[in-house]
Amino acid sequence: MQKYSIFSLIKNAFSNHQNWDVVWRDPAPKKEYDAIIIGAGGHGLATAYYLAKEHKITNIAILEKGWIGGGNVARNTTILRSNYMWDANGLFYEHGMKLWENLSQELNYNVMYSPRGIINLAHSDAQLNTYSRRGNSMRLNGIDAVMLGRKELKKMIPFADFSSARFPIFGALMQPRGGTARHDAVAWGYARQADSMGVDIIQHCEVQGFEVQDGKIKGVQTSRGNIKTKKIGLCVAGSTSLLAEKLNMKLPIEAHVLQACVSEPVKPFLDHVVTFGAGHFYCSQSDKGEMVMGGDLDGYNSYAQRGNLPTLQHVLSEGVAMFPNLSRLKMLRTWGGIMDMSMDGSPVIDKSHIEGLYLNFGWCYGGFKATPVSGWTFAHTIAQDRPHELNKKFTLNRFNTGDLLDEKGVGTKTWIG
Amino acid sequence: MLEIKCPYCGKRSQNEFSYGGDATVKRPDLEKEVSDKEWDDFLYYRKNPRGEHSELWHHVAGCRQWFKVLRSTITHEIFKTVKMNEEL
Repeated sequence: MQKYSIFSLIKNAFSNHQNWDVVWRDPAPKKEYDAIIIGAGGHGLATAYYLAKEHKITNIAILEKGWIGGGNVARNTTILRSNYMWDANGLFYEHGMKLWENLSQELNYNVMYSPRGIINLAHSDAQLNTYSRRGNSMRLNGIDAVMLGRKELKKMIPFADFSSARFPIFGALMQPRGGTARHDAVAWGYARQADSMGVDIIQHCEVQGFEVQDGKIKGVQTSRGNIKTKKIGLCVAGSTSLLAEKLNMKLPIEAHVLQACVSEPVKPFLDHVVTFGAGHFYCSQSDKGEMVMGGDLDGYNSYAQRGNLPTLQHVLSEGVAMFPNLSRLKMLRTWGGIMDMSMDGSPVIDKSHIEGLYLNFGWCYGGFKATPVSGWTFAHTIAQDRPHELNKKFTLNRFNTGDLLDEKGVGTKTWIG
Repeated sequence: MLEIKCPYCGKRSQNEFSYGGDATVKRPDLEKEVSDKEWDDFLYYRKNPRGEHSELWHHVAGCRQWFKVLRSTITHEIFKTVKMNEEL
């Protein structure tokens, strides 16, 4: 594989950038693989990469119905953080932050990791108390957390409404290492490295059925023929229930549409990721100057990948309450993605009752930040046939035992109806 | 904007309604012994179909009645709305 560096850039400039290697191959599916990953989104590509790199399993295919990185890894608001209170979540996402910090070097691909800090604003005394409790829990787990007062916040986010009587700003919890990354580059970087280690990325190949014998995975039926394998990893957030139905499984999730939007580009005025504490709204400014914003789900089951204006209006009115000057911006684009909303708000990375079938789903609307660590732990789960210490709480049977991971106390319904 | 036909009030805008989830989920009977599996199925497990979905809506900022809706989860088109005691 051609290494990307300043020298290769200069060298290729002499030939007008016409001679760069193809970044990944377009192979035809083989008859048999050691493992098959379904879904070439961020999580699927990361899983294949860590299977090849950490576990030396390289005879892998990633099957993708559409094209790589065309689902939720292309539709998120690019936020990275590990500001969770509970151990199972905190330690898991913090391992992810450590992978993010070195990802550009590891993949030899600039994922534009920007640790600009994530600020959660608090609008009441009680909320500030809750945030400091969360901050303390984070620090006990070795995660960076600082409390900010009004004085500091006025310097950091001067355009926030500090005179609001309705939503007064009391302070904030900040994770300085939180931030953003270039979402598409994450998918492309993982794809390029996985491909270079021999992983076949097979696009436009839809899985139509599974071959299961005596409770064991034997292969898949696809739109490009049958393929034999003993291990299948499912990384198809948004379509998980549809594939599970082909295996006669019902899962504890609902599919919901989540919208996000960007404004016209403006000069730099927001250096951090900021979330509104009195509702559900978050924003950051992209390198191009656009305000990247998101918030609530539309709130009803949907596979449509597009939402409705009332939700967008609701979300943006929260934004205007926080940053009044947002009201003068024009909207550039809005889009929607389909979330696996799990019933306790946490994901599943686990084995299943079928030998050789591994599940990775239920990311709600927090899947992007987990891309590296999800792939890392899922690869371990597939290769070793048992969960890693970090994902051992993300089981499917927690919905039967009652050992739920309901960190925020919300499930598929994140609003009060 | 969805326009939802409340069986009591007629067509009203989506803003007046809140969503109540899958209408086919039935609470296990009170009088009989309920297995863990039945209870978990009721609480957590959903068919989550891509296509026609029968679901509950609440006209919360209107007549405050619950009712059933048959809606497409692909196009959001609403085919039919009926009162709770009627079949979709």
